[in-house]
Amino acid sequence: MLAWTIYLSFLGAVMVTLMPAKSPVAARATALGTALAGLGIAIAALLSDRSGQLITVVRKPWIPGLGIEYHLAADGISLVLVLLTGIAAVAGILFSWNVERRVKDFFALYLVLIGAVYGVFLSFDLFELFVFYEIAIVPKYFLIAIWGSTRREYAAMKLVLYSFAGSALVLAGLAAAYVVSGERTLNLEALAQFPFPVHFQMWAFPLVFVGFAVLAGMWPFHTWAPTGHAAAPTAASMLLAGVVMKLGAYGCLRVAMMLFPRGLDPWGFRVLGFGSWQQVFAVLALIGIVYGASIALVQKDLKFVVGYSSVSHMGFVLLGLMTLNQIGVSGAVYQMFSHGIIASLLFAVVGRMVYDRTHTRELGELSRIPLARLIPFAAVTFVLAFMASIGLPGFSGFIAELEVLLGSWRAFPLMSCIAGVGILIGIAFSWRALQATFFGESTNMPEQVLPPITMPERLGACLLLASTLALGLYPKLLMDLILPALNGPLFEQLRRSGWR
Amino acid sequence: MTSALLQLTAPEIVVALAGLLVLVLDLSFLRRASIAVRFGCSVSAACCGCVIALVVLGSMSAAGSLPAGMLVMNPLTQLLQMALLVLSILSLLLVVSARFTTHAGEYCALILFATTAMMLLVSTQNLLIIFISIEFLSLTLYVLTGFDKESRAAAEAALKYFLFGGMSAGILLFGMSLLYGISGSLMLGTIAATVRNSPGDPLLLLAIVMVLAGFGFKIAAAPFHMWAPEVYQGAPTWSAAVVASSSKVASFFALFVVFYLGLMGAAGRWTPLIAIVAVASMIWGNLAAIAQTSVRRLLAYSAIGHAGYMLIALVVHSRQSLVAMVYYVITYALATLGAFAVLSALEGEKVDSIDEFRGLAKRDPGLSFCLLIFLLSLAGIPPLAGFFGKFYVFVSAINSWLWLVLLALAMSVVSFYYYLKILKQAYVSEPIAGAAAIYVPAMTRIVLWGTAALVVILGCLPDLLLSRITVAVDSAFR
Repeated sequence: MLAWTIYLSFLGAVMVTLMPAKSPVAARATALGTALAGLGIAIAALLSDRSGQLITVVRKPWIPGLGIEYHLAADGISLVLVLLTGIAAVAGILFSWNVERRVKDFFALYLVLIGAVYGVFLSFDLFELFVFYEIAIVPKYFLIAIWGSTRREYAAMKLVLYSFAGSALVLAGLAAAYVVSGERTLNLEALAQFPFPVHFQMWAFPLVFVGFAVLAGMWPFHTWAPTGHAAAPTAASMLLAGVVMKLGAYGCLRVAMMLFPRGLDPWGFRVLGFGSWQQVFAVLALIGIVYGASIALVQKDLKFVVGYSSVSHMGFVLLGLMTLNQIGVSGAVYQMFSHGIIASLLFAVVGRMVYDRTHTRELGELSRIPLARLIPFAAVTFVLAFMASIGLPGFSGFIAELEVLLGSWRAFPLMSCIAGVGILIGIAFSWRALQATFFGESTNMPEQVLPPITMPERLGACLLLASTLALGLYPKLLMDLILPALNGPLFEQLRRSGWR
Repeated sequence: MTSALLQLTAPEIVVALAGLLVLVLDLSFLRRASIAVRFGCSVSAACCGCVIALVVLGSMSAAGSLPAGMLVMNPLTQLLQMALLVLSILSLLLVVSARFTTHAGEYCALILFATTAMMLLVSTQNLLIIFISIEFLSLTLYVLTGFDKESRAAAEAALKYFLFGGMSAGILLFGMSLLYGISGSLMLGTIAATVRNSPGDPLLLLAIVMVLAGFGFKIAAAPFHMWAPEVYQGAPTWSAAVVASSSKVASFFALFVVFYLGLMGAAGRWTPLIAIVAVASMIWGNLAAIAQTSVRRLLAYSAIGHAGYMLIALVVHSRQSLVAMVYYVITYALATLGAFAVLSALEGEKVDSIDEFRGLAKRDPGLSFCLLIFLLSLAGIPPLAGFFGKFYVFVSAINSWLWLVLLALAMSVVSFYYYLKILKQAYVSEPIAGAAAIYVPAMTRIVLWGTAALVVILGCLPDLLLSRITVAVDSAFR
């Protein structure tokens, strides 16, 4: 049944294209219906199987000559991210209810992107995973370049070139894995058992990891993220920050770490103080955390603040992955979900609730508009979202970042402390943005009337807020899926070689 | 001997006869008919010829050869000839709406003669026949390029093509004569034996360099590519489509056969040479394409880049890489043909620069969607055919030529940029105010959608073609 998340999304895209051009409502409704169906399927799958073990959905030969299969399956980690995609997709459509220009094209591209993202999370054949990964690139370009704002064409081109460059690295690693294993298969299950030669893993791991980490916003390959997020239309930046960056992190875990775990072993010599790829990437993740937060602190454009905060939070995901212990890695997966929800929410407030009404994102100008009084719903949402984002207890961000910090404390205590500093800076920039946007020094400007918050916006915000709260209060809901998956046979090589 | 000759060349004979028939038909019965009727009848007759040739080809037992490898028929040559015929039919169907000349019959006949030459080129293992086919093919292509008598650009392109082509033919012939001198035979099989015994012969090395230069011209690999941008830009769109698609299929295959069958013994000598040509083509083709403002020139430089990717398969020179190259070149030809079909649909507007694609998606969504498919396939985005071709070439090369693969991957990122530049104009920019809807002839539309469907199907289900190629290659080169 899970396979239908993909098919429905693509089918929805075709249907939206065929809708009569005159009625945007039909296109919106179709898109929303499709996304809701996808979410429904994800929830149903989540409820029906709580073991977190691998469930095969479809498995058919695709290119028999090369041993490539069409293989859809899901374990706990995939399920969690499919659920995230479902939620973000529905919320994104609710928050783009006001798109008027080329509505059909917008929703068609949006649904193609969603379908491809589902596809990546559900693929258990590397070739297939890569195909979906690349299908996701093209719609991103058009979504940003056509419906975007600030320097949209530049940002869109930068984003897709980064993505494409990353995927080129992945493709190289993938082809190499295919040839080196000599098993004539790209099945993830089979390759996860295959003991690749250590020297091969040593160069294949960083290649594939970096390839995917580009999309996860790893410093110094993060620069596409803030410009891309800022330029993208609301729904697209929700998806970009919420889901697409997770594609990268997911790939890092599912492909790079699962197939080439020995690539994380110590080199046996030190270069610039680094003794293994684990340390290199952990430090890069850490730089991302602190750097992203610091830059967010001095941004003048509200969307850039949120964009850089995404870089910072994705740093936690990568740091968690590099801890190589259960609590850190499961925290990283949890953070993928949590940040997906929170980033969507932040971009929704900034892009849709604030920017579409005030037509400015400059903190200086926003501080002169009494937004808290004019659109109190947005203010409340924003406050809650930032509380979640800085990791206040009760929200999902708290659990996730706590786990990552605990994990990294075990692996590298010093870095854990620095990451803590990153969180503090996070509180500072959140506070600054919050104050400037909604509670700025008031104002001698004539009273403005802003359009009221619409029903779709309220629904979308409630959906996202409910998700982050539910997972903050009851983390077992997802942890029960993530932990068995991490302890399953797929990650056995990783556990055996590096689990510390 | 004669009966075997007639039997083995039956498809070529059908196509050549169809060419003559088209000439006669147009010169006699259709003299006074309107230009539309003349093109319509000529194209129908020509297509009929190709279809009959396809049927003949399909019903032939796929094995047989003439002495000295002059003609070799095996499942692989059969498959390639079929691909060439299909490509020719698609190009011919586009010609229905061509109005740049009044010589309808001659134009179609020339395309058929070119097809004959290509079919001969892929089905021979004899240097003499290879050379004759190449010359035959080139001569028809020169004329096709300069067919628009009114156009200075076409004349210039044809002259340039002819001069370069003549020179490279001389070089190729010199190289081949050296090979003959060394081995005393024109047959690739015999040459192979001699080469195996004395791979270090300096004369042999000279011969290899010259043969490579001659073929490098045909496949537009850097640094022998100078003619390509001019021809792509100056030639009538329909002629450029033939030059860019089917002639590439035949030339690449012939190149591979010469090196794989004839010069295998000296592989250690020529792989570095071809690697250099591949690197030069990939880098120069893709980087120069960025700077182009004319879409046709951009396609020419991207073709040079693609030649580089395909040469990687020759560098590897394994059976697997031959499969990969055949798949690559066929799907590449399809996507390129499609791109030229889009250009031919825009012929009425004299579209050339990238800017003139502004707002194509608004003016004609179907046309621009087809363009999207073709360009993304050329860029190697899944699930389109071009992606799988690249993937397979890289898989076949990654073990022994990792750095070439990495370079090719880097260059394919570059290529994505310039293809996207065209698509950006089509989809993102608004059309110029007052731009009218585009009139696309029905037949062109059919070809466009047909080709686009093929590109998508071969991308989603590569096994349809791949399994056939694999079987054919396995049985051809046991």
